Amino acid sequence: MALLEARGITKAFGQLTALSGVDLTVAEGEFHGLIGPNGSGKSTLLKCIAGAEEATAGTIRFAGDDITDATPAERARAGLSLKFQITSVLPALTVYDNVLLALQAQSPLLDLIYSRTRRGLDDRVMAMLEQFRLADRADEPAATLSHGQQQWLEIAMALALEPRLLLLDEPTGGMSLEERRVTGRLLAPIKERCSLVIVEHDLDFIRDICDVLTVLDQGAVLDTGSVEHIQSSRRVQEVYLTRV
Amino acid sequence: MSLPVAESSGTRASPARRGLAVIPLLEIGLFVVFAVLPFILEDYLTVFVTRVLILSLLAISFDLVWGYAGIMSFGQALFFGTAGYSVALLARDLNITSVFIVIPAAILIGLLLALLLGSFLLLGRRTPTVIFVALGTLTGSYAADRLARGWYYLGGQNGIPSIPPMTAGSYEFAEGPVFYYLALATVVLVYLLCRFLTRSQFGLALAGMREQEARLAFLGYRVQHLKAIVFSLAGAIAGLAGGLYAFHEGFVWPNMLGVVLSTQIVLYALFGGVGTLIGAVIGVIVIEIVSFWLADNYQEIWPIILGVLLLLVILFRPTGLIGLLVSQRERVGRFGRPNLARAKSREGSRHGAS
Repeated sequence: MALLEARGITKAFGQLTALSGVDLTVAEGEFHGLIGPNGSGKSTLLKCIAGAEEATAGTIRFAGDDITDATPAERARAGLSLKFQITSVLPALTVYDNVLLALQAQSPLLDLIYSRTRRGLDDRVMAMLEQFRLADRADEPAATLSHGQQQWLEIAMALALEPRLLLLDEPTGGMSLEERRVTGRLLAPIKERCSLVIVEHDLDFIRDICDVLTVLDQGAVLDTGSVEHIQSSRRVQEVYLTRV
Repeated sequence: MSLPVAESSGTRASPARRGLAVIPLLEIGLFVVFAVLPFILEDYLTVFVTRVLILSLLAISFDLVWGYAGIMSFGQALFFGTAGYSVALLARDLNITSVFIVIPAAILIGLLLALLLGSFLLLGRRTPTVIFVALGTLTGSYAADRLARGWYYLGGQNGIPSIPPMTAGSYEFAEGPVFYYLALATVVLVYLLCRFLTRSQFGLALAGMREQEARLAFLGYRVQHLKAIVFSLAGAIAGLAGGLYAFHEGFVWPNMLGVVLSTQIVLYALFGGVGTLIGAVIGVIVIEIVSFWLADNYQEIWPIILGVLLLLVILFRPTGLIGLLVSQRERVGRFGRPNLARAKSREGSRHGAS
């Protein structure tokens, strides 16, 4: 059974139709890349899946449950985690507190009030920060991090929720070449922990880490299949490679 | 003592670290001053400062909702006044004045009313806007004021006069030092409770909410539930203040419920600075003392002077008076890494010894 099944997702903003009847299926443990020219609806699709945008039509099933009408918090609790395109770390809080905030999100209310999980989560926060090369900045406000480091912190926060499916919207946006390489290395081990849907412009980056690619064009699916299939697809080459 | 910590965590963190002790100093300083005031002040001034203490509870309740949970409540007087009227009725009609009944009753009434109003305003399917909640609470406060003015049973415009004193057995809490220390103990207790809450992991969730409410939902937080909890707690604190106020003054009247007092509470907190608890208390103290002094010395024009003063602070110092004393870093606070600083300094001294 597929982990995520989005069927006929349509999203209209007034007169503009951003998505029209898009299907997306993600299997357990799969790394799924969403590519397409600017304005093809990649980010909108991701937002509809995470609940940041309400789809005008269509259904979304996650792990067998219909989550079409679920709130973002309910989707997060079900195991869907979204990293936004524009970094939205909490700038005034310390780097450490940003990760703790994500890790403690599902602690019961009384545990939060009595701070019962703070000590227990310390190791996991630090392990997360080590993994994303942020441990030595733990005590500093997140606002002082570089853009690339803020992206890593965002990924760390999204991953801290131990999601079954991680949705990454342009994780390497605005990064230097070196930072992109490091990001690729940081994402590789995630494969053992969850599935991934990733929106990315950098084709080299996405080719290296994804099993399956879906190409969107003007709000519709142009093609979907393995990396090799997509690379050899004439339709994709015509539409995508000539326009990007 | 802080030197090894600053060194071990890098130079970038050290400026923030240096500022980390201002709030506790303010808290201890104010407590010491309040603890000795009745020994210094004349009785009529002790009564005045008791009133300031009770109003501090209201300011703390507003700081919780706006400074921590991002709910703009123009209705804190609604909970204050309703609880005040309720205990006044208990005393007048049922002769119940025991502190062990009237104070819990005041707290419960504030809590339940806030829970009810909060459920309507905060727990809808769509996230309510700040303006919606502000108008909703404002309307509640205004409606209650009009209701009290028009309802004969509640004494109409005159309110309920001559409430008998609050009692504990045969003991009567009269105005003066005894009531003062009761109010002080209550403020300290409520303050410590709120301090504990806002510095806990729950407080971290509130701090996150204050920064980016939408982000928190995507981490799985039920943001509106958290808001409703804080709103209800703040209602309970305002109710407690209302109960104390009714017995301290000996009467209740419609202004206790109305928009003017609700706005005054907002001003206390904004003037002192929100998001630190102590800022709200400082706001009450400064505004009340300045009002008292101005009213004595410039009887004709004091409201104008006070208004201009408030406007100046809010326009030019959006962080309030507390922003002059406390760094942004300290206002936000740190929530995680328990004892990290101490652990690091221990580590540092071990290395130093070897």
